[in-house]
Amino acid sequence: MKDSAAKRIFITILGWLVALLLAFPIIWMVMTSFKTETDAISTPPLFVWHPTVASYAEVQERANYFSFALNSILISVGGSLLALAFSVPAAYAMAFHPTPRTRSTLLWMLSTKMLPPVGVLVPIYLLFSSLNILDTRGGLIIVYALMNLPIVVWMLFTFFKEVPREILEAGRMDGAGVWNEMRYLLMPLTLPGIASTGLLSLILCWNEAFWSLNLTSSAAAPLTTFIASFSSPEGLFFAKLSAASTIAVAPILIFGWLSQRQLVRGMTFGAVK
Amino acid sequence: MSSASATSVAVPPRSDTSRTPSMMPLLAPAVGVLLIWSIVPLVMTVWFSFKNYNLMDPTVSGWAGIDNYSYLITDPDFWVSLLNTLVLVGSVLVITVVGGTLLAVLFDQNFPGQGVARLLAIAPFFVMPTVAALIWKNLMMHPIYGVLGSVARGLGMTPIDWFADYPMVSVIIIVSWEWLPFALLILLTAVQSLDREQLEAARMDGAGAFAQFFYITLPHLRRAISVVVMIETIFLLTIFAEIFVTTAGGPGNATTNLAFLIYARALLQFDVGGASAGGIVAILLANIVAFFLVRSVARNLEV
Amino acid sequence: MGPSVNRALYVSAGLSFLLAAGAARADTTLTVATVNNGDMVVMQKLSSQFESQHPDIHLRWVVLEENVLRQRVTTDIATHAGQFDVLTIGNYEVPIWARQGWLEPFENLPAAYDVDDLLGPVREGITYKGKLYGLPFYGESAMTYYRTDLFEKAGLKMPDAPTFAQVREFADKITNKDTQTYGICLRGKPGWGENMAFITPLVDAFGGQWFDASWKPTIDTPQWKSAVSWYVDIMKKDGPPGATSNGFNENLALFASGHCGMWMDATVAAGLLFDPKQSQVSKTTGFASFPTGEFKGGPTWLWSWNLGIPSSSKNVDAAKTFITWATSKDYIKLVAKENGWVAVPPGTRKSTYDNPDYQKAAPFSSFVLKAIESANPNGQTAHPRPYQGAQFVGIPEFQGIGTQVGQTIAGTLTGNTTIEQALKSAQSATERTMRQAGYPKAAEKEASK
Repeated sequence: MKDSAAKRIFITILGWLVALLLAFPIIWMVMTSFKTETDAISTPPLFVWHPTVASYAEVQERANYFSFALNSILISVGGSLLALAFSVPAAYAMAFHPTPRTRSTLLWMLSTKMLPPVGVLVPIYLLFSSLNILDTRGGLIIVYALMNLPIVVWMLFTFFKEVPREILEAGRMDGAGVWNEMRYLLMPLTLPGIASTGLLSLILCWNEAFWSLNLTSSAAAPLTTFIASFSSPEGLFFAKLSAASTIAVAPILIFGWLSQRQLVRGMTFGAVK
Repeated sequence: MSSASATSVAVPPRSDTSRTPSMMPLLAPAVGVLLIWSIVPLVMTVWFSFKNYNLMDPTVSGWAGIDNYSYLITDPDFWVSLLNTLVLVGSVLVITVVGGTLLAVLFDQNFPGQGVARLLAIAPFFVMPTVAALIWKNLMMHPIYGVLGSVARGLGMTPIDWFADYPMVSVIIIVSWEWLPFALLILLTAVQSLDREQLEAARMDGAGAFAQFFYITLPHLRRAISVVVMIETIFLLTIFAEIFVTTAGGPGNATTNLAFLIYARALLQFDVGGASAGGIVAILLANIVAFFLVRSVARNLEV
Repeated sequence: MGPSVNRALYVSAGLSFLLAAGAARADTTLTVATVNNGDMVVMQKLSSQFESQHPDIHLRWVVLEENVLRQRVTTDIATHAGQFDVLTIGNYEVPIWARQGWLEPFENLPAAYDVDDLLGPVREGITYKGKLYGLPFYGESAMTYYRTDLFEKAGLKMPDAPTFAQVREFADKITNKDTQTYGICLRGKPGWGENMAFITPLVDAFGGQWFDASWKPTIDTPQWKSAVSWYVDIMKKDGPPGATSNGFNENLALFASGHCGMWMDATVAAGLLFDPKQSQVSKTTGFASFPTGEFKGGPTWLWSWNLGIPSSSKNVDAAKTFITWATSKDYIKLVAKENGWVAVPPGTRKSTYDNPDYQKAAPFSSFVLKAIESANPNGQTAHPRPYQGAQFVGIPEFQGIGTQVGQTIAGTLTGNTTIEQALKSAQSATERTMRQAGYPKAAEKEASK
């Protein structure tokens, strides 16, 4: 008894210590965002201070947070939905009707994700410019959908493979067509997987900072652009930077926390048996 | 997941569709757009990589032959950047997989407030890379205002000048901080699905905690670890924002990875020809990595 | 493949139902790209007054960090994509871009604008073939800031025109690492506009230069070695930790919070250091000229941030209206009314420095005016040079070269490489880049100005 009580205390302390250490930079960022600029750089750092929302007011005065946040939401959701729309049929075809080329198609898709975007910025920029879709939400939605397509296809593929073949075969015996098979059999069975794939894609879109910075200017600019305007201004900036970062991260963090179970379910694929 | 499989299945209406349908209409949209997305820029990139093309200087033009490639290959920074890329990817993979496994075992235990602690531990995964780098650079690792510096001074030590003295280590710390929660998330679910009776039986047989971990838990995690390695590799190969914000590839070329080298050549010199050659090399590298990844990792995933 | 693209466009167009919001107005909407420096942020805040004076012109702001903005704007202007109507660009870019035909000239400015009120060297820096290709928003030269209290305590006196050798002595005496007081703060962050903006005039003062008359890089010369040795020695002994991450902003924060004994940097910092709202050392900051070395009378630091119009803009007239407002005398008075005279954008107009209120609020004003008016960015180096610019080299390739060499120099600061190795590799990297860019070029390039 004694031994296990000691062990329990040890585990509790260790667990909390690790959790707090990992979250500390974020906690510290939130704390700093409620300081004045002078408090923010005082050495040694202040753990007790007069909280103020001055930095938030200043940030909001300089850039309308809500229009950036709205763009982030629309672009992330749009990009994820579009990626799913392309991926579900493709993953279905690969998972249930594999051909000798399936494997290499999948790998080729994944390898496109490993190309550093900087290498192709100029060609893409020229392309977007001639299609007149620079600084539009639609343009960025397309980019995000394509950017996440390989990962989304792959995740759905592994998820679909978990579906017991017998169920599909039973459906096929009943004469269900491809579309109906997907719609009435596969989708209900794999909805948790599709949902969590979408969630991961949403998080990746929200945090993407290269294309969003380069392909937008104002009308379609999301929160990553918002951050880029606070990252190193003249004068003291730690508190303002923290405030801007806090409100840029908060929505996706809360969203991630709320949906974490859903998220994990899809990400573990068949890894969990 | 068992609950999902147990859901009753709606009976589909009959249809006259062919029994052996062609899969092309289903695959074609995804493959098609991805082809366009990767081929069109690829063709343009190949084209530019053989040309003299500098955005800042329209007077330079015409065919360059293989000049852009030979400039790249003979650039001493190029080989350093390849090595840095591998060091960065390798270290972060080791740290996140080992750390993630240990943390997964820890958070699998029951302790008061476990749910909240777990939420705190996974939080870094949701933070934008730019923001993560900015926080670490300014609020944590800054040798004067940073928290780490203050802790060191409090202990009577000289604060470490992170980005100057240990630039690569600093970048690795930041990137690992972002990806450790991801590994934890996946591995924790895998650990939780472990058969408790099997562990109990092992304990009865007198297996110690270490034996249990190495002979039962670890093999069980093999597939989950493969998933972590696969997804992380894809993202780590093109790490850019963290380096751009913190060290800008330096000091010297200490933290210049391939993505950053291409950036420095493409967007600082606006040498589209040279950057395109770099992009082509990156594509080749990606395919080599993909090949090895398949051999070592994807096998586990039954791809 | 064609249908797939159409479908993609169609689907995404459907998803982005708010796509068209804000577009398609009868009025003109200007997209203004600017850096997130303090003075520009003030301009953004005050621009609502411009919009109420000109109800038919609307402004959309793109405010980015300097490096990101430069990359963004250059990509756009070089591909003629036309995303921006007003650009914030330095006197490095203006002549280069004007030569490419990328900028609209400013001609027939209204008499009220009083173009002759602009400070000579600033105006000259943005003139190409006799025409202005930008209007200056603020301008700066360089100077030495020091802490009068620390100098007094150490029994030192800062001369009006210190030398680099003296600076070295002072720094050694002031440094007290126990109280986190560092004798000197200098830029260490790699970048052509960061550490190289200090290193370049330093090298000039030691008798060196970037290129000889036939465009051959001269980085492996003894002059470079002694200049870089001075820099590395003093920074290692008396500089703050983390110097390789310190650019202008970081040093400003360090000096303003009392960590630096001396700092040599842009004159624009004076307005911030003497402003008690932003600085803890507003009462104890002194100033002197930028230090000199063995070679005197070389090029002197001059930088200006200017507003320009890309030739791809479709709203040139409205953009001109806005730019003449933002760089006018009235705008400066407006800032003074809102934020006090010490906070006005400095270094552009003689009338600002003639104003008694400004002279009262800014004790450094006549000093800065003298520094800018006597700035000679195109002065000669110890040996003849084919390029212009004081803290930069006025060729398009310099962004890349300067940043790469800046990285190498930063490497010596951390002790990763020896100075000799660093200069050798900087020399060969610069030779490579210059060869690749086709230098030496035809005479047309040098004679064009």
